[in-house]
Amino acid sequence: MNVMKMLVSPRGAVFLLLVVLLVAMISLNPRYGEPDQFLRFVQRVAPVALVALGQYFVIVAGEFDLSQGSLITAQVIIAGNLVGQDDTKTIPVLVGMLAFGAAVGFINGVLTTALRIPSFIVTLGMMLALRGGVMWWTGGAATGNPADSFRAIGRSGITDVPVLGFIPYSVLVLIGCVAIGIWLMKRPYGKTLIALGNNARAAQYAGARNWWVTTRAFIISSTAATISGVLLVGFAGVHPSVGVGYEFTAITAVVLGGVVLGGGRGWIVAALAGAFVLETLFVVLNFANVPSTMRDTVQGVIIITAVAYAGVAFRSRRKRGDQTTSPESGEGPDTPVASSEAPALASEGASHTGGQ
Amino acid sequence: MKRVKLDATLIVLIILIAVIVVSAILVASVGRNFFSPGNITDILTGMSVLGLVAIGQTLVILGASLDLSVTQVVSIASLIGALTMAGSEGNIVLAVVITLAACAAIGFVNGVIVTVLKVNGFIATLGMGLILQGVLNTYFQGSAGSVPWAFQLIGATGVGPVPVSTIIMLALAAIMWFLLNRTRTGAHLYAVGGDHEVARLSGLRTKAPLIAAHVGCSVFAGLAGLLLASRLGVGSPTVGEQGGYALLSIAAVVLGGTLLLGGRGSVWGTVAGVAIFAVVNSTMSVMQISPFLQDVVRGVVIIAAVAVYARRVIGSRRARFGGKSSQPVSVVEAGMR
Repeated sequence: MNVMKMLVSPRGAVFLLLVVLLVAMISLNPRYGEPDQFLRFVQRVAPVALVALGQYFVIVAGEFDLSQGSLITAQVIIAGNLVGQDDTKTIPVLVGMLAFGAAVGFINGVLTTALRIPSFIVTLGMMLALRGGVMWWTGGAATGNPADSFRAIGRSGITDVPVLGFIPYSVLVLIGCVAIGIWLMKRPYGKTLIALGNNARAAQYAGARNWWVTTRAFIISSTAATISGVLLVGFAGVHPSVGVGYEFTAITAVVLGGVVLGGGRGWIVAALAGAFVLETLFVVLNFANVPSTMRDTVQGVIIITAVAYAGVAFRSRRKRGDQTTSPESGEGPDTPVASSEAPALASEGASHTGGQ
Repeated sequence: MKRVKLDATLIVLIILIAVIVVSAILVASVGRNFFSPGNITDILTGMSVLGLVAIGQTLVILGASLDLSVTQVVSIASLIGALTMAGSEGNIVLAVVITLAACAAIGFVNGVIVTVLKVNGFIATLGMGLILQGVLNTYFQGSAGSVPWAFQLIGATGVGPVPVSTIIMLALAAIMWFLLNRTRTGAHLYAVGGDHEVARLSGLRTKAPLIAAHVGCSVFAGLAGLLLASRLGVGSPTVGEQGGYALLSIAAVVLGGTLLLGGRGSVWGTVAGVAIFAVVNSTMSVMQISPFLQDVVRGVVIIAAVAVYARRVIGSRRARFGGKSSQPVSVVEAGMR
């Protein structure tokens, strides 16, 4: 009973949706029920799930990261160009890519926090600059796939495992990243991040170094996009269109998971479930013979419905006085910081109030 | 830090002038004249389509919402327009009315999803964009319809160096400025965008202004689509996507000094923001910079221009009761929330 209640609650809606979609997928094509095939499915979801995982950190802090898709494209092309056919370059280039990703996140974070430019604009600019920069560097042409040892991360795995049969490396990478993500959110850093997303000024009064907390969220997001890019090189190859639109898919997945745009509320596992919902949906639409051209439409309807349902369910629950979930209303996060013009606070919190 | 009492629109104008000066010098350095009628026409033409979309986007952003579906609305409008006209001059009025009505309907649905179902504007319009994209993919394989010559003239002619399309855009900007500043719905839109809860507690109907803003935004995107149809001579299902209007219009609006959080900003700032883009674009093409590098420059310009006033006190309180006591009030700026 309790499980049922949890599943129809706004927080559980995404898991209910995921279960329904997984059942639909397996009944439409029973082969997906086999562990081996199911893991291959997870392998395909891994890049999107990773990007959503990274985006979660940024969104929960009340920001956006629109540069993820471009960063993936950039990293994929960097890998293609720098690794070439030389197996010995795999490790150095991998390290270089991670450093580049972290640097992009750092720049995003510092521009957002130090210069107080809305992150929507910072990462939009970064998105244009990264894509243009990489295209300019390569002349717009892809230069072939990198060495097999590099591609192996995304496309192969451990074979001959009992019961499961085949465990793709990307599934292991995903599990590792999810574990790190959950661990981070349980640590003081995660708590501070959510506090900051909920009310930046309160977090600052509580002693949080806001700029560094937010900047780390951006670094995590860019690093996640980088890892996703490494996996994509494996099974999608090197192409300038790899990664296009991933930022919106990631934001959609995170929001489907019940994470509130504007920050301060949301569960990392639900965001992950959101990514799985989206990808399972595509597979189901594929099997259900929905014309490929209509897929966008179905996706759009489902996104709006899911988010509207979560909002409506949340409000009706609040009206009944059920305070088991977070006491904030659906539209709450949109209001607090923007309206805090109380004079005392404005003069005290000078460093965070646009200066005085 | 000493407070600088500068209106956001004024700052944008200063940035615009600075950009023009730098561009004029750069253009002169390759032996061309920035102020030649041809170049001016180029820049003004480049402003008109993005200008229309951005004016509409200003309305929703003032209401603390967003519209990411404008890209698809532009494409659909160009198709509906061109298909209804079907090359005959007699159909022009009918086509414009049908197109704008369809766009208004899309905007109305957006507005209802945002206000009644309380779905965040970002998600609501992202979803609507996907829905429309699916419709575009399914029913239109390529360019369709045809636009009569009389309608093509709108996109092609001009008064001196000023294209008719730009004049229309500026006239509509003036009308929107009037509506925003002199009508009740306009004032309510600012109030709802500034603080939804305070507006509600003050007894405003908070839904109506926001729905109106969404309808207005889609209608403006529709006008942009019609203008593109007039230029191309046909309707195209990809014309919106090629322009990347959703993100660029948001960038132009923010560049124009409108707060992404809503409640503060002006249509004229947006027009100046669009002008900055147009000047930068035209200068880069005169300088023959690689299209890929142009994207890099655009990205840097967006960030740099917004950075100029992001640290300042942007939110001087809107003048009350028409008085002159516009007193600067500090505003917490916490990025997009």
